[in-house]
Amino acid sequence: MKVSFRVNGKAHTLDVAPNTLLVSVLREHLGLTGTHVGCDTSQCGACTIHLDGRAVKSCSVLAVQAQDGEVVTIEGLGSIDDLHPMQKAFRDCHGLQCGFCTPGMIMQAVDLATKVETLDADAIRQGMEGNLCRCTGYQNIVAAVANGAAALKARNGES
Amino acid sequence: MFAGAEDPMYLSGGMTLIPSMKQRLAAPSDLIDLSGLQALQGIEHVESQGGTSIRVGALTRHNDVAANGLVLNQLPVLAQVVSSIGDNQVRNRGTVGGSIANSDPAADLPAALLGLQAVINTQDRQIPADDFFHDLFETALAADDILVSVDFAVPLRATYQKFRNPASGYAVVGVLIAEYATGFRVGVTGAGPCAFRACTLEDALNQSFSPKALNDVEVPDAGFNSDFHASAEYRAHLVKVLAKRAVSDLSQHR
Repeated sequence: MKVSFRVNGKAHTLDVAPNTLLVSVLREHLGLTGTHVGCDTSQCGACTIHLDGRAVKSCSVLAVQAQDGEVVTIEGLGSIDDLHPMQKAFRDCHGLQCGFCTPGMIMQAVDLATKVETLDADAIRQGMEGNLCRCTGYQNIVAAVANGAAALKARNGES
Repeated sequence: MFAGAEDPMYLSGGMTLIPSMKQRLAAPSDLIDLSGLQALQGIEHVESQGGTSIRVGALTRHNDVAANGLVLNQLPVLAQVVSSIGDNQVRNRGTVGGSIANSDPAADLPAALLGLQAVINTQDRQIPADDFFHDLFETALAADDILVSVDFAVPLRATYQKFRNPASGYAVVGVLIAEYATGFRVGVTGAGPCAFRACTLEDALNQSFSPKALNDVEVPDAGFNSDFHASAEYRAHLVKVLAKRAVSDLSQHR
């Protein structure tokens, strides 16, 4: 089946099998391997991307469902020389150890930061329930999301 | 399109269907994606002879329900229910109609349908919630029915109490209690093969509205779900505990 959507601002038209998951297209067809697959059960959230401005698990969306959609992956958020405030916060707060879950964590955290008015620790913990980490123990992740959200607010306030 | 396919299924948000297909628990021959149908989206106020209702389009996503001004203002309990579903990514994509049509025994919305005297609108008929849930994953919908919208009757007050499975986010048991001019309604999910109304609890509350009024009411566990997470007996116990919490929560709101 033919499917067309934009990924990180660039238009793509691809020919995919109808049962292809969006995450497979991103990783295997487009080489965007920053989006990870950490489970088979749609629980871990490592594959979280933004589809039409919402954080979704790209392992639970068929590629054809993204027709005409606007996809943003971790590669579209910042670059090595110019990190997104949320990426910088995860680095500064040591919100990761192995880093496998981090792309999904960051995409989800950006969704929360842009949508939730008061992002206190409880709201962060509840908001990040769909993302599992098996090494850091979460305290630093919560701190990273809080700092990243504050930095994002400051940046958007300035511009 | 549906009639021409071998074993088709309608696809809404896909938050149950696609994970089920990945696990080979479902293998439809064809998927018909409904998500482009604008007529199945949105939230509006409806007046009928039965009173005021909030009509929620079947394809409305959970997070859009939770953030909707009309819902927050007139039916905050519905925002409470949908905010407790799964996780944020699931609520960003999952839809009200999809959850209801699937009728997972541990889904939250079925308790809300029963508690909030809902009417389910399909392309050609209206089904009261009381007649909708039949058995495990079985509803009054035929395979080719399309769920169009749901009308939730605005109650005097209502609350939802849930004992959440921390891994899945599903309700081990969930109890929604709503008060109408005609009396109390108690919708229960998670306990049995499908959601049901706890009529004995309703009767007790109609006589005396207090947590104590439920002390002597028996909740038999016959036919209740029993699995790795909770026995039938434990679920029956939870029904009463959560109902009491709901009553005390509602008592503080008056």
